[in-house]
Amino acid sequence: MEHTPILIVLVPLTSALLIPFLAMGGGRFARAGLLFATAGSLLSSILALRASLEGEVLSYHVGGWPPPWGIEIVIDPLSGVMATLVSFLAVLAAFYSGPYLSGWTARRTGTFCSLFALLVTGLQGIVVTGDLFNLYVFLEISSISAYALLSSGGSKSVVAVFRYLLIGTVAASFYLIGVGYLYAMTGTLNMADMAARLPETSDSPVIVVAVSFIVIGLAIKAALFPLHGWLPDTYTYAPGPVIGFVAAVMTKVSAYALYRILFYVFVAGTGPREPLLLLGWASVIAVVAGSLMALAQKDVQRMLAYSSIGQMGYIMLGIAIGTPLALTGALLHVVNHAVMKGCLFMVVNGVQWRLGVFRVRDFAGMGRRLPLTMAAFTVAALSMIGLPPTAGFFSKYYLALAALESGYIPFLAALILSSLLGAVYFFRVLEKVYLSPENVEKTRDTSELPLPMLAPILTLAVLVLLLGVFNQTVVTELIQPGLPS
Amino acid sequence: MEAETLSVVNYWLAASLFLIGLYGILARPHLVRKLMAMNILQVAVIVFFIILGYKSDATPPIVRQGDETPIARNYINPLPHTLMLTAIVVSVSTTGVALALLIRIHRRFGTLDESELIEKLK
Amino acid sequence: MSGGPLAAVLVSLVAAVAIFVFRNHPNLREAVTLAAAVIKFAIVFSLLPTVLDGGVVESQPLELVPGWALHLRADAFGMVFALLASSLWILTSVYSIGYMRSGGYTHQTGYYASFAICVSSAIGIAFAANLATFFIFYEILTIATYPLVIHRRNEEAIAGGRKYLAYTLIAGQALLVAVVWSASLAPGATFQPGGFLSGSASSGTLQALFVLFIIGIGAKAAIMPLHGWLPAAMVAPTPVSALLHAVAVVKAGVFGCVRIVGFVFGVDLIRELGLANILAFAAGTTILIASIRALGEDHLKRRLAYSTVSQLSYIVLGAALGSLHALVGAIFHIAAHGFMKITLFFCAGSIYTKTHKEYIADLRGLGREMPVTFGAFTLGALGLAGMPLFAGFISKWNLGLGALEADHTIYVGVLVLSGLLNFAYFFPIVYTGFFGKSDAPFRFKEASVLLWLPLAVTAVISILLGIFPDIGLHFYELAWQAAESLVAPAPLMLAGGGE
Repeated sequence: MEHTPILIVLVPLTSALLIPFLAMGGGRFARAGLLFATAGSLLSSILALRASLEGEVLSYHVGGWPPPWGIEIVIDPLSGVMATLVSFLAVLAAFYSGPYLSGWTARRTGTFCSLFALLVTGLQGIVVTGDLFNLYVFLEISSISAYALLSSGGSKSVVAVFRYLLIGTVAASFYLIGVGYLYAMTGTLNMADMAARLPETSDSPVIVVAVSFIVIGLAIKAALFPLHGWLPDTYTYAPGPVIGFVAAVMTKVSAYALYRILFYVFVAGTGPREPLLLLGWASVIAVVAGSLMALAQKDVQRMLAYSSIGQMGYIMLGIAIGTPLALTGALLHVVNHAVMKGCLFMVVNGVQWRLGVFRVRDFAGMGRRLPLTMAAFTVAALSMIGLPPTAGFFSKYYLALAALESGYIPFLAALILSSLLGAVYFFRVLEKVYLSPENVEKTRDTSELPLPMLAPILTLAVLVLLLGVFNQTVVTELIQPGLPS
Repeated sequence: MEAETLSVVNYWLAASLFLIGLYGILARPHLVRKLMAMNILQVAVIVFFIILGYKSDATPPIVRQGDETPIARNYINPLPHTLMLTAIVVSVSTTGVALALLIRIHRRFGTLDESELIEKLK
Repeated sequence: MSGGPLAAVLVSLVAAVAIFVFRNHPNLREAVTLAAAVIKFAIVFSLLPTVLDGGVVESQPLELVPGWALHLRADAFGMVFALLASSLWILTSVYSIGYMRSGGYTHQTGYYASFAICVSSAIGIAFAANLATFFIFYEILTIATYPLVIHRRNEEAIAGGRKYLAYTLIAGQALLVAVVWSASLAPGATFQPGGFLSGSASSGTLQALFVLFIIGIGAKAAIMPLHGWLPAAMVAPTPVSALLHAVAVVKAGVFGCVRIVGFVFGVDLIRELGLANILAFAAGTTILIASIRALGEDHLKRRLAYSTVSQLSYIVLGAALGSLHALVGAIFHIAAHGFMKITLFFCAGSIYTKTHKEYIADLRGLGREMPVTFGAFTLGALGLAGMPLFAGFISKWNLGLGALEADHTIYVGVLVLSGLLNFAYFFPIVYTGFFGKSDAPFRFKEASVLLWLPLAVTAVISILLGIFPDIGLHFYELAWQAAESLVAPAPLMLAGGGE
């Protein structure tokens, strides 16, 4: 039990190193290794989360060095929930990738599984670490493994990922400079320690510069408009087995890191307001622009990518408003959006895997071919639009109420507008799915998706409904303990 | 006074490197040049941290024999420099992945020029 | 007993699932529909005695979000709508079975399931105790109706569906803002006679809020200029149109209008804010313009659609006038219009099933061949025009009295004029039907009993409601009870004012 917190990171990390050896025995073993890695991480996350919900903040000193000198792993309810979310989606994605991998060589499977485990390591590391520099290292571990994974989707994806790599590195450098400034001001890298020291220097302009750098850096990683340029191409050409996971959690984890720095390192409200306001307005534009761009897409996957940009705007909007209500909305939306976007991407890639089509018009008549898959798609889409009683409605409700109460009427207007645009672009697809005659040639195998793909999809769809119906429990038990005190 | 001026100049150096890198990434059409610019950007960050940790008239924090009461002012803080070791590792791995991507792009498209690539991608 | 309202909502949700499970067994599927309809009606009816005694039946609030609870409560006003929806669901189910079978329609499972969900959400709206619950069911209703509107799956249906969604979803968002806004002004408030917003904000804020509310519910209530979707949605199969127009969707709109005027703002507050006159003006204009539009429509169902637009605004008008009799008239009209309009739609559907005729000019002489259908149509039309001894007269009489009470004599004129227009656009249909020259040889060809029995029943009920407004379901008494709770009893100045 004592070592549970580090296991969250250590299990996938060790597995990532072992999987290439397992793969020598065949692709099966590599896949088993990946399942072990993700499931192990999930199990330790849940254990740690349970302990943290009982009121005890788990702190683990890596290598036995006590903070603020050594690296500290912190599991409070916030990081516990995030770690559970990330590893839960990772387990589902590991199952989902099964049918893809069964056609691959053992070597390729091994590489894939190893990189996947490494990606999980990086993301979990970002979530649980209590050290700003360590966060940078994990950020880059996750990014580098993501570059490698995402570039395996064909030649177009390589070009897109190269661009992503350049922009991602710039983002990490921005973040690192911000950390450098903070370090220069406080002499510490430990988040809790820095939180104690920052108030002495809070009126310094250096802090404003530091926060601005960090916000820009993480906003790029979180694909906040207008820093989203890397996302559409990368997601569109990404390989099927990973995109569901990457799209669901990667940007969210960056948003989480931003949240933790702004509200845990800077004790709530003492951080500078200017970068936050800027963030708020950028989010408003993101929400609207993302939805508008989604509307213009012919390719469903690309449409979802732009919709992600809009939805990241929701989360950032909540962070920018910064009241407890807004933060509840933002965190809830992190969870909700991860679940519903994961579901949508998995459905779209499932369709692509089964029928080889991506465009909106190719979805015609899909409701009769893949009834269960499309039912899941419908549920997730309704949740994206934000209709009750699905999950998406409730996060939007919190954000709307928060915007209203803090007097940011334009923010509210953006939320509403984006819902309507969301309705347009999702109903455009749903209309095709259920109302148009089929137009894919009859020769293809048109049965439902295989169970390893279908099960994660349906799990997520059911979760969308459960998160909506039991919203109250989720918020009071899991989200609100994660608000800054 | 002179030392202070010097350190300000150092910061300017880091800032210029950073901007040069940023400009290169945004403006150069050739992907290898972009990658080089990215490296310059990373070096700028590393330089920035090294300057942070630099102090004149100070030594690494190894207590000299016979110094019974070590005074912190006489030693530099080694942490920024060690952090940069990690940052260099990150930078090297990123470059490695980037080069691998470039090789694949070149094999597939036969060019690394961005405008030509965009042309071929259509 | 406190589980009653919840059970009433859940019955048809469970039925929707069962319908889906039995999708390959049409008889079983339709048996489920009918059984659920009867059970639902029984549950709602069992709540009636308590409510008539002046009590309410409340479910345990289930908190979804702090300050946002799912809370059901059956009060007198809600009972009117709930009784209407659940009793008409039985008749519509019978009718649907006949209609769908003889029409050879596909996708029937989806049809019955969506229908059940619609009725569920209508009951949810009726029993909603706070804005949050109201909103949730309102949005579910929007989505559940969509598959019904596009049932025919052709170009026209899809276009109609788009229009429907555009209007209702945009309005839904306006309603969301309004609901969230009121939640922040009066956290955790439940509907209460006389409203709960009074004094919670400046009058400018409240005016803006009211406008948002009216946009939000005005689309479903088809207040001009938000009525555009209703004629377009006529592409749906006739039982759906009947549902849209008489039972669930538009009634949810006008029901919401009265709820918001009476139970969120309070009639006095609306008047103080100067909004009552504007709303009344909008309603009056809608009544007249829609009636005139109806005159110009040659398509039977679209003519009925415009007639609906016009009749709904009677209810809005009553709410806006806000006097005792006006409210009685408005609330009673929810039920009265339900029975009368569904009769007309049932007739249109029965004619279409038998002859595939949709245009009024083609109906020549059909009345002699389908006497039950046309007889019922005549009764429904007379009722809507406000003939004495019909249900429509009672609502109109009360509305007229209410207009005098509120010192808005002009609206008495509007009501009279609208009654005349009603005659003008219904009479030609009846005349063409019975007396129009037809070349075809005469033969008796009434549609199947599943079709003509429900419409005969609703026609008879609309007369019975006119003569004994309290018969069976006590609509009139409920309306009085609800209206009296909304208006502090003023000294009666008019003769015959209910003494």
